[in-house]
Amino acid sequence: MLFRSALTVVALAAVSLAAPVQAQQARDQIRAAGSSTVFPFTTTVAENFGRAYSGKFKSPIVESIGTGGGFKEFCKGVGTQFTDIANASRAINKSELEDCTKKGVKEITEIKIGFDGIVIAEKKGHGHLSVTREQLWKALAKEVVVDGKVVANPYKTWSDIDASLPKDKIEVYGPPPTSGTRDSFVELVMDVGCKKAVEAIDKGMHKKLCGTMREDGAFIEAGENDNLIVQKIATSNTGALGVFGYSFLDQNADKIEGSKVDGVEPTFDTIASGKYPVARPLFVYVKNAHVGTVPGLKEFIAEFVSEKAYGPNGYLGPKGLVSLPDADRKAVRDQATSLKPMMM
Amino acid sequence: MTEMAIGGPLEGEKRAASGIHTSEAAKLRLKSRYSAERRFKLYGIAAIVFALAALATLLFTILGNGVTAFQQTFVRIPISFEAEAIDTSGKRDIDELRRGDYAALIRSSLSKQFPDVTDRLGQRQLFGMFSAGAPDQLRDMVLAEPGVIGQTRDVWLYASSDVDMLNKGFIDRKTPEQSRRLSDRQISWVDTLASSKAIEKRFNARFFTGGDSREPELVGVWGAVVGSFFTLMVCLSLSLPLGIMAAIYLEEFAPKNRFTEIIEVNINNLAAVPSIVYGLLGLAVFIGFFGFPRSAPMVGGLVLALMSLPVMIIASRASIRAVPPSIREAALGLGASKVQTVLHHVLPLAMPGILTGTIIAMAHALGETAPLLMIGMVAFLVDIPSGPLQAATVLPVQVFMWADSAERGFVEKTSAGIMVLLVFLLAMNALAIFLRKKFERRW
Repeated sequence: MLFRSALTVVALAAVSLAAPVQAQQARDQIRAAGSSTVFPFTTTVAENFGRAYSGKFKSPIVESIGTGGGFKEFCKGVGTQFTDIANASRAINKSELEDCTKKGVKEITEIKIGFDGIVIAEKKGHGHLSVTREQLWKALAKEVVVDGKVVANPYKTWSDIDASLPKDKIEVYGPPPTSGTRDSFVELVMDVGCKKAVEAIDKGMHKKLCGTMREDGAFIEAGENDNLIVQKIATSNTGALGVFGYSFLDQNADKIEGSKVDGVEPTFDTIASGKYPVARPLFVYVKNAHVGTVPGLKEFIAEFVSEKAYGPNGYLGPKGLVSLPDADRKAVRDQATSLKPMMM
Repeated sequence: MTEMAIGGPLEGEKRAASGIHTSEAAKLRLKSRYSAERRFKLYGIAAIVFALAALATLLFTILGNGVTAFQQTFVRIPISFEAEAIDTSGKRDIDELRRGDYAALIRSSLSKQFPDVTDRLGQRQLFGMFSAGAPDQLRDMVLAEPGVIGQTRDVWLYASSDVDMLNKGFIDRKTPEQSRRLSDRQISWVDTLASSKAIEKRFNARFFTGGDSREPELVGVWGAVVGSFFTLMVCLSLSLPLGIMAAIYLEEFAPKNRFTEIIEVNINNLAAVPSIVYGLLGLAVFIGFFGFPRSAPMVGGLVLALMSLPVMIIASRASIRAVPPSIREAALGLGASKVQTVLHHVLPLAMPGILTGTIIAMAHALGETAPLLMIGMVAFLVDIPSGPLQAATVLPVQVFMWADSAERGFVEKTSAGIMVLLVFLLAMNALAIFLRKKFERRW
């Protein structure tokens, strides 16, 4: 019968597909995983690397699973089933390093690839906002200090905080807690903004007062999709703000504009020179033990830190990477190409 | 209403005398019943209209956003393939040709065509009008036909995404220069090229044959299509035989007792488990325990097979149950064994229904992303996978990743990717309908 033979063929196919599973195979592609902020840069380098070495090395595989997730995969051990590179929008922390060491991942090269600015943007033409970090903290913290007492955030409009600010309702779309951008925003804006108020009452309150965002609808967690935030604020007429990486401002400069923070406009130059306060370094971590085992890893790193990639006129510039100062770039390149491991 | 109709005996007589169906009250009741019926029909129509409108809006938006992605802007410039840049030794060595500086060919052609552009910024902007993939086009030309070295040819090169967006009308020329991605000079060059017909939109074949890219003008869905194909093949070859065997056993052979009842209930429960749970299971079992590579269609297929298995068992059982008992009895009466009865008579008759259920389950699996997030199939891949153990991504994941990219050019590619996905889903559903119509039996 036709159906019977068809059934046999399908069953055989299933068995033959499932059978030749070797637990470990030699890998001919580089694997990287980690931060979604670094993802566009690593993938661009991966693509250019694949082009430059076409026929010799395959293009690397890059996954976007968040900084923490990237380190988790990275630190699982040495061997071709584990990733070679971790992308990170913050430096590796102590517990992650300990985790790595415990699993035998001892030699790690840290490469600082550049900066990313976090911008607070609004619709173009809706009055150019200029805020201080203290005002941002007052606008976005769950609890603030009024007359020496800790109270639930009473501010409804920006002008409630300071008469010089516009009368718009406070409405800010930002990243969720799982995002590296959120961590950096809390660290660079909220933690700094709350300092004066908290020190005046009780230093022990620091964590509670600074890191907690308000939940009454003024701060809206918009998910990991930054394009969605851009669309939301670009169509808002009530002065809604969005918090995201500089590359999205760069790509959409005809629709939105970045607010001045502490009087500094977010531009390529102000982020590169360190004048713009809400900027963070981006990192790539390489597992030294895999160099030599995974083909092309050394060449890939060399491509990443080459002037044509991460230099000020390199191809990562248009993708939104703000490059390191000239002297730092040279030092990073030497360190990366010689695979100098981090101090553990 | 009914209570009024029943009423007391005396009332009933009175009503009968005056003609219960002709009284004024009865006419009113009749009228209200008819209008209730009309209202009910209207609600139904309204529901359909609403659903159709939602569908039409969706399709219209996707088509409107995505139809431009099937065309790409190309710029024609004369390229002289000078040996100095790409073949210094003159040996036509493949490795050397591969490493040649093809960007220099474009630059030298541009400086001939626009001799008045001498400042560095201007030259960079001029070169920036071409895609990062343009030098590769030249390399591919030379590798395919080394005889081209030393000649000058007119070549249509990929324009950069920004020029493409301008040419498609997505960049407003009226916005001030500093907030536009193209400078005034670049726009004037585009206009110069356009006036000599050296810039035009052409069919974007690469979108259907290429892998992923970070440059919106260079992306293609083929890598994702191949990944989806491998994933579905693994999924089908595992879930179809298992689903049919399980359904046959449960329907034809299994005794009816507490134990099989528990199994039945749990198959129904499994069909309702959120798909992300299967992803976590796949991560723990297939990658963690069996040591399969991450991002492999093999693992994706296994996870999706687990996910679609309950649905397929339920569909297969329903169509086996729909085969009339008389057929089984006739076969058994003529001396066929139980296995012969099932394989020769019941299964062939149930097959159209089983296949329909299978294809619907596969179409569902094709559109699934959540479980694949967990097993690393959300990855950037330039190369097209060549086997089920190679790293791959699938169509819906590709759409998801494009939607998340900052560049403006990805908006149209996202919609175009959705269109490709929809075409596959429609084709699968059409196949299901075709099979059902062709093999369907009525008793």
